[in-house]
Amino acid sequence: MKELICIICPRGCRLKVDDNLNVTGNLCPRGIIYAKTEMTNPTRVITSTVKINSKNAVRLSVKTAQAVPKAKMFDCMRELDKVMVEAPIHIGDVVIHNICETGVDVIATKDIEE
Amino acid sequence: MIERDLVIIGGGSAGMSAAIAAYDAGLTDILIVEKGRQLGGILNQCIHNGFGLEEFKEQLTGPEFMTRLAVEVKKRNIPIRYQSNVLDLTKNKVVTYSNAKEGIVKVKAKAVILATGCYERSAGAIQIPGERPSGIITAGTAQLYLNEMGALVGKRIFILGSGDIGLIMARRLTLEGAKVLGVSEIMPYTNGLNHNIVQCLHDFDIPLYLSHTVTKTYGKSRLEKIEITEVDEKFNPLPGTEKEFEVDTLLLSIGLIPSNDLLKKLGLPVSKARGAIVDEHYMTDIPGIFSTGNVLHVHDLADYVAAESRSCGKGAAAYVKGAWNLDSPSFNVNPGNNVLYVVPHRVRLANLDDHLTIKFRVNRPLKNQVLTFTFNGEVIKKIVKPIIIPSEMQKVRLPKEVFNTQEGELIVSSEDRT
Amino acid sequence: MIDVIIIGAGVVGALIARELSRYQLKVLVLDKENDVGNETSMANSAIVHSGYDPVPGTLKARFNVEGNPMFDQLAEDLDFHFGRVGSLTLALSEEQIPVLLKLRKLARLNNVEVKLLTPEEIIEMEPNINPEVKGALFAETAGIVDPFNMTAHALENAVDNGVELHLDEAVTAIAENNKDKTFVVTTNKASYQTKLVINCAGVFADAIAAMVAKPDFSIRPRKGEYMILDHYSPDLVNSTIFPLPSEKGKGVLVTPTTSGNYVLGPSSEFVDEKDDLATDKATIDYVKKSVLNLVPSIPFGEVIRVFSGLRASSNHGDFIVEEMKGHERLINVAGIDSPGLASSPAIAKFVVEQLVSKHLTLRNNPNFNPRIRPYINMKALSFEEKNELIKKNPRLGQIVCNCEKISLGELDDLMSRSIPPRTVKAIKKRTRAGFGKCQGSFCQPAIVKYLAEFYGVDLTDVLYDKGGSNIVKCSTKECKI
Repeated sequence: MKELICIICPRGCRLKVDDNLNVTGNLCPRGIIYAKTEMTNPTRVITSTVKINSKNAVRLSVKTAQAVPKAKMFDCMRELDKVMVEAPIHIGDVVIHNICETGVDVIATKDIEE
Repeated sequence: MIERDLVIIGGGSAGMSAAIAAYDAGLTDILIVEKGRQLGGILNQCIHNGFGLEEFKEQLTGPEFMTRLAVEVKKRNIPIRYQSNVLDLTKNKVVTYSNAKEGIVKVKAKAVILATGCYERSAGAIQIPGERPSGIITAGTAQLYLNEMGALVGKRIFILGSGDIGLIMARRLTLEGAKVLGVSEIMPYTNGLNHNIVQCLHDFDIPLYLSHTVTKTYGKSRLEKIEITEVDEKFNPLPGTEKEFEVDTLLLSIGLIPSNDLLKKLGLPVSKARGAIVDEHYMTDIPGIFSTGNVLHVHDLADYVAAESRSCGKGAAAYVKGAWNLDSPSFNVNPGNNVLYVVPHRVRLANLDDHLTIKFRVNRPLKNQVLTFTFNGEVIKKIVKPIIIPSEMQKVRLPKEVFNTQEGELIVSSEDRT
Repeated sequence: MIDVIIIGAGVVGALIARELSRYQLKVLVLDKENDVGNETSMANSAIVHSGYDPVPGTLKARFNVEGNPMFDQLAEDLDFHFGRVGSLTLALSEEQIPVLLKLRKLARLNNVEVKLLTPEEIIEMEPNINPEVKGALFAETAGIVDPFNMTAHALENAVDNGVELHLDEAVTAIAENNKDKTFVVTTNKASYQTKLVINCAGVFADAIAAMVAKPDFSIRPRKGEYMILDHYSPDLVNSTIFPLPSEKGKGVLVTPTTSGNYVLGPSSEFVDEKDDLATDKATIDYVKKSVLNLVPSIPFGEVIRVFSGLRASSNHGDFIVEEMKGHERLINVAGIDSPGLASSPAIAKFVVEQLVSKHLTLRNNPNFNPRIRPYINMKALSFEEKNELIKKNPRLGQIVCNCEKISLGELDDLMSRSIPPRTVKAIKKRTRAGFGKCQGSFCQPAIVKYLAEFYGVDLTDVLYDKGGSNIVKCSTKECKI
């Protein structure tokens, strides 16, 4: 039996999910979907920084363009360690393509001109 | 002396939004004074998601959110002074600032908007007992070291305070290779959004100790150990419940305080939210001096800061154009039962367009409540709330018509639903 | 061959070094810390007492009364902040009035002007004082001082006048050679031969003396815990407010500081360890309760920092300023607890003119300059003066600490002097950058970067205070747990 807090709305229902993916504790149907997804295929958006060669900045903020499997978060962080980007760079520019075979790109979230 | 219609002190979410709104309302002679190298203020280091859902209907990171606003500011060619610090502001709206290029500059403004944001409460402010080595640092500073300078402040971390900044840093530091041993929160409930409790603590099995606080710090040069203790309802430590953690870093996430030095210098009173006392357009008691954003009251979302600051910018433009009567009668807005503070504090009904937005926070988590608005003894609005917590700022729109007179008192309270 | 080794670069050692630099002598100052004035001299009430209350005939009475008037000239020569704000010692009940009268008698014996004030006069002077006050002793010569820069500038002046300073160097042994009348002082880094040793080692003075022979005194550290209030307007109090003294000391006080803050404290309790600087809740609560008695409206929400200091209390009950018996070339300047700060200029003069002179010929140093080059203090300048300076040096217009409005140019000035700070704390003590209400949460990263660039080291090497107090662990892309 796993206990989860639903994050879909501020009510934060305390959910219970058993091994057969039966969900209890939800006050609306969205909670069931959330709980099932969290149990079978939890995903997360990663936001972090990479090294950048520029006049004033040493780090560039980046994010995964979509959510990646939660289990791959630390692997992705290690891939980000290897990157060195050159200015100029703009929001949306791809910094790593298909990170850790997730099909998801890592993109810049800041404009750094020089 | 240089003259400007509007000087905005601070180029973060509040300053930028106020500038754009003032400009679009016809007040185009604006100067933004910003102490950093760039616009955006604290948003530049908030590299996580959670911004923009209200303003842009998109999930954005802090830098992306601030860029949306910065682009609009630059489109309008609004002059900005970077790496410039305001040294003084007088009652007749003379702003004195300093930078390397211009030296000390005095500007006479018709209106000034204080948009200087907030700062983090320090260890000394809560008198954490013990030694004072390095390694005791506020979450925002650790965030700055990490996200801007690429420097990790420690490897074994304990976090005091379950506010969102601490939770965000718990995740951030863990992803960067540190070990976060726990978060302690003096209240019996957490201050952070559920979303962050799940994705910052549960995701990494970081324990949360409610009703606990740090009771001792150890270390001659660098932090070596901390002790946390459970507390009772009066926040007194309960002997026998001490727990020790060997850490090199104690991250403090114990509250944000408006940076209201200029208010103090002007001799203006400070509200229960530790910001200025303002009217329906965010103007203080000094005509032409406005305050908005986190320096007025700490918001949970930069989106709300943007919305409020737009109203403030519009208000400043209307003031400079002489659009309303400052002498028209007003009513006071005060917090009632279970409410910590309200903004604004005073309303001139004649100056409102068609509605009044009241913002407030309750003082503890409550269930089954009716938010009650009582005007001169008569209840003019009720809103049912199954759950309401202090960390979620409430915003309520009251149409102008519900006020049958211009003077008196509006009390905002939260009552048990019967 | 060195003429004099001074052990301890606190305010006493610094002023003695400066006095010695008036003469043609080879002087070396040693301190185990990485900054001057890093122990008792930086953690005290910063009060220049009027001198009315020490027991007449003691060294405390003599040096306090002699030292107090020396501060005006000293502050001017050494460019540190000093203000004669006066002090009020309050009687809060009728039973306390006789004690005030006794104190007034003491003042007369010590030749210090004091005035007995009525409650009306007190409230007029200090509207925020406890309205229950029944009387007070007003000493108009009492003052407040910046102890950090007093110590640092005194030593800077000494170094500029030829004194050598070694920080990060702890004395481990002192071997006396009676034949050639010298000592060999050994540290963790080197050995030195010297004619005289002056022991200004604060809480460690007995340990230092014991390196030569068993001293006839012992030093017990007495801890005082304090709180600092942010800049507060309107003014809380204008002068230093004391309760009646007790056997524990002068009591818990409320005082303005030269930086525009307020200090509440100190407590007073003996501790066993000579490096026990931890604060504790019970003591802080006691300090809060005590100051509320003096000023009921203290806004504790404005507290920005708690700190503690150790007083070097000797078992003699008085200052020890004398040659060690049987070992006259070791001069002990020990047990300098309250009123140590106020007495320090007079102690230094006495040590050099009356004690050192017995052993060494004091030939005037013709190059001695009593004044240091004044520090740039932007806040004190007029609009026009500021802009003149910024035109020549733009970094004076670039603020790095926004709470206290300290510019990069002022940091540069400090770093160009003969004792440049090595740590974040040292910069904080001298310039107040990081001392404001945000306690460095905004500016510390910039200060760390500044120090790393100045000394050509990595961010990770920059210390907050003592060795081992690095602030940053590693770069994020190189950290492996």
